[in-house]
Amino acid sequence: MNTRHPFSLPRRRFVQGLALGAAGLGMGLSPRQLLATQGHTGAPILEGDTFHLTLGGADVNITGKSRPATTINGGIPGPTLRWREGDTATLKVTNLLPETSSIHWHGLLLPFQMDGVPGLSFDGIQPGETFTYQFPLVQSGTYWYHSHSGFQEQTGIYGAIIIDPKTPDPEPFDREQVVMLSDWSDEDPQHIYATLKKLSHYYNFNERTVFDTLRDFREKGVMKTLKDRHMWNRMRMSDRDLADVTGYTYTYLMNGQSPNGNWTCQFNPGERIKLRLINASAMTFFDIRIPGLDMKVVAMDGQPVKPVDFHEVRLGVAETLDVIVAPKNDRAYTLFAQSIDRSGFARGTLTPDPAMTAAVPEMDEPPLLGHTEMGMGAMAGMDHSMMNHGGMDMSGMDHSTMNHDMPNMEHGNNAVPFAVDPANPDLSPRDSATEHLASEHSPEVDMRAMAPGEMLADPGIGLRDRKWKVLTYADMETLGGPPDSLHPDREIVLHLTGNMSRYMWSFNGTPFADATPLELYHHERVRITLVNDTMMTHPIHLHGLWSDLELGNGKLLRKHTITVKPGEKLSYLVRADALGRWAYHCHLLYHMAAGMFREVRVVKNKGDMDAMPMMNHHQHGEGA
Amino acid sequence: MKKLTLCLGLTLTQIMASTQLMAMGEDQPRFSKVLFDQLEVRDTDEGRVLGWEMDAWYGGDINKLYFASEGERLMAPEEDDEDPATEGAETRLAWSHAFAPYWDWQLGVRRDWQPDDPNRDWASLGVQGVAPYWFEVNANLFVGEDGLTNLRLEAEYELMLTQKLALVPSVEANIYGKDDDELGIGDGLTDIEAGLRLRYEIRRELAPYIGINWEKQYGDTADLTRASGGKTEEGMFVAGVRLWF
Repeated sequence: MNTRHPFSLPRRRFVQGLALGAAGLGMGLSPRQLLATQGHTGAPILEGDTFHLTLGGADVNITGKSRPATTINGGIPGPTLRWREGDTATLKVTNLLPETSSIHWHGLLLPFQMDGVPGLSFDGIQPGETFTYQFPLVQSGTYWYHSHSGFQEQTGIYGAIIIDPKTPDPEPFDREQVVMLSDWSDEDPQHIYATLKKLSHYYNFNERTVFDTLRDFREKGVMKTLKDRHMWNRMRMSDRDLADVTGYTYTYLMNGQSPNGNWTCQFNPGERIKLRLINASAMTFFDIRIPGLDMKVVAMDGQPVKPVDFHEVRLGVAETLDVIVAPKNDRAYTLFAQSIDRSGFARGTLTPDPAMTAAVPEMDEPPLLGHTEMGMGAMAGMDHSMMNHGGMDMSGMDHSTMNHDMPNMEHGNNAVPFAVDPANPDLSPRDSATEHLASEHSPEVDMRAMAPGEMLADPGIGLRDRKWKVLTYADMETLGGPPDSLHPDREIVLHLTGNMSRYMWSFNGTPFADATPLELYHHERVRITLVNDTMMTHPIHLHGLWSDLELGNGKLLRKHTITVKPGEKLSYLVRADALGRWAYHCHLLYHMAAGMFREVRVVKNKGDMDAMPMMNHHQHGEGA
Repeated sequence: MKKLTLCLGLTLTQIMASTQLMAMGEDQPRFSKVLFDQLEVRDTDEGRVLGWEMDAWYGGDINKLYFASEGERLMAPEEDDEDPATEGAETRLAWSHAFAPYWDWQLGVRRDWQPDDPNRDWASLGVQGVAPYWFEVNANLFVGEDGLTNLRLEAEYELMLTQKLALVPSVEANIYGKDDDELGIGDGLTDIEAGLRLRYEIRRELAPYIGINWEKQYGDTADLTRASGGKTEEGMFVAGVRLWF
């Protein structure tokens, strides 16, 4: 155990595991559904095409204290919904909470009225009401669902979705298991949000102290330390600011179980096990590994990818990852998921015998943010040999020798000029993607990346010096080649912006409350370029439409949520093939609440848009 | 103090209201914070004094209603013929507006309450924020009746010794543009106050501390004080609690 972390497991909050109050338990379930198998997840698996879900309150005891939670059918997580591609799903959702609620089907393509975002798709489900969702299932894979109302996602309204494919799975397996990660707090999430507004570093207990600086004096020399500190001090930024909400208040859960609860999956040695990893947390990036066991990725965000072996992955909030593991030996393995700031972890066990457990690794030292996260130039070419992160001595690196753009990551000649879009007046043209708009120079924005870089192959802060393989977006590619055209009709650039100390978050310096919707035109192919001007990692989720991440060299990675690292610039292609009003936001719950949110409207062609070339509307598989 | 209590009451009501916020950012939620940066006993030559320095705000990210108060009350006089009494208090109410990432300007009014002397009313224009190198800075220009002006500069720094233990040096200087004969204040630099407080955060919101405080008068103000037989310089131990909610 790592005793340096006062809030890690050794503190033992007398975690009881999940003990739910009975309120709402089993309500609205048909007998057939109650027959559904009780999985190892603790969450029942409901199969079929018609479901009743009840959103209600219950008291849960995760830390030793009984605290109010919001639940689906009385459980956290809610039931795993198992569907078949090609069916039409019908979900009757009854809201027994005293406030408006909703369910959003994360990553599913469906009519926008069924998307479950109050204010955009519908009015929300009022207390006591039942709303019937119905939509065809046009895809397969691992997804999840959660409330899109208030902070209910933080207090328990989330569950897994598995859609079985029509065609046989290209990667067969003997056993499968949902692994749903989440973050639980005994605090009322509204109190967490208010606390962040009052003192944004409230939950950070890894701040720089005088003794850190004295150690730097000793190790790096006084002048060099002062020089390094100068940048941070001048900008009033902390190199310790990795997570807004930490293990100080969070208990990290795996399938609803705290680390002490030790969620366990039993297997027979020699089996191929498919783990459906889902990050259902409100604010937490997890670094996931299984010491002693290789993982092979077969799908991300529900979409099959060319298989790649790896040992560790940082899973962003709202992302899903299907991996195959094949433990051959008669021994137990720990499934270890530490938070990005190393303030806590979720943990479970894969074992042939429930009596057998494996050692739980120590958490790493919390990493320090560096020049890369400052947007002062991306890590060069992912040459791990040149990275000396033991002491995070990054200022010693000669930036002139760093190639800020990885040559093999260039988009080729796809790019079209930045369009001036009369329908999106707040999207002024930029000379380049990295140029900053006037709206990004305001009290809402405390920093702007000077030289954001292409970092798809960068494992990210804290994972760069691993001796083992860390999976990155650059390692993956949608199976079968690009699922849609590589050539955009139009380009939109958005900067991810914020003011950490005021706890304000926005796109382009304009929070949701002051922003006009982004308009996309039906069937057009749009490139969205994101530039992260903040020092936080943001998982950006576009509802209703695929985000085809551009990997370069004609490769795309089809996703619903794209994690953008500090100082990173990336782009993805979106086919605006679903009319309606869609949410587009950072999936960190309190960032979304603070304004990092836009409405995206997909509208029919406008008269003034006739001149715009609308090419390759449904040119699937091009460039494969 | 009555005003202070009233203000706190109002703020509490507002906190209750602010929990009704929407999470999707559809309407701008309002928040509030009350901070007693200093709530302490000062061991002075006159006797034991309760001193406070607090501020509070209510509002959104950009615009806030801002309230500040500071003052002293003699709790246990050294001389038997003196009664416990509030020696002086100052309250300020301002409109606070964020004009830069780390800076707010504040426009408002200030009133000085002085039991034995005339009260003073001022208009205030100030700048508050965090300067590079994390200095918390507060600069206010007060314009009072009869052409009185007072420039006040304050700075504070939090030196983290551990994650919970912080050493906080602070300094405050007052400059007057004109003599205030009734209160025995001369123009120019009137006084400097410096403090050093060591606090331990039991929780972020609750931190007991101990420290030293030193005050010295300058220029005509010091001369006037000396002429009336008072002391122009004093150091003292302080002990108190910093708390916010």
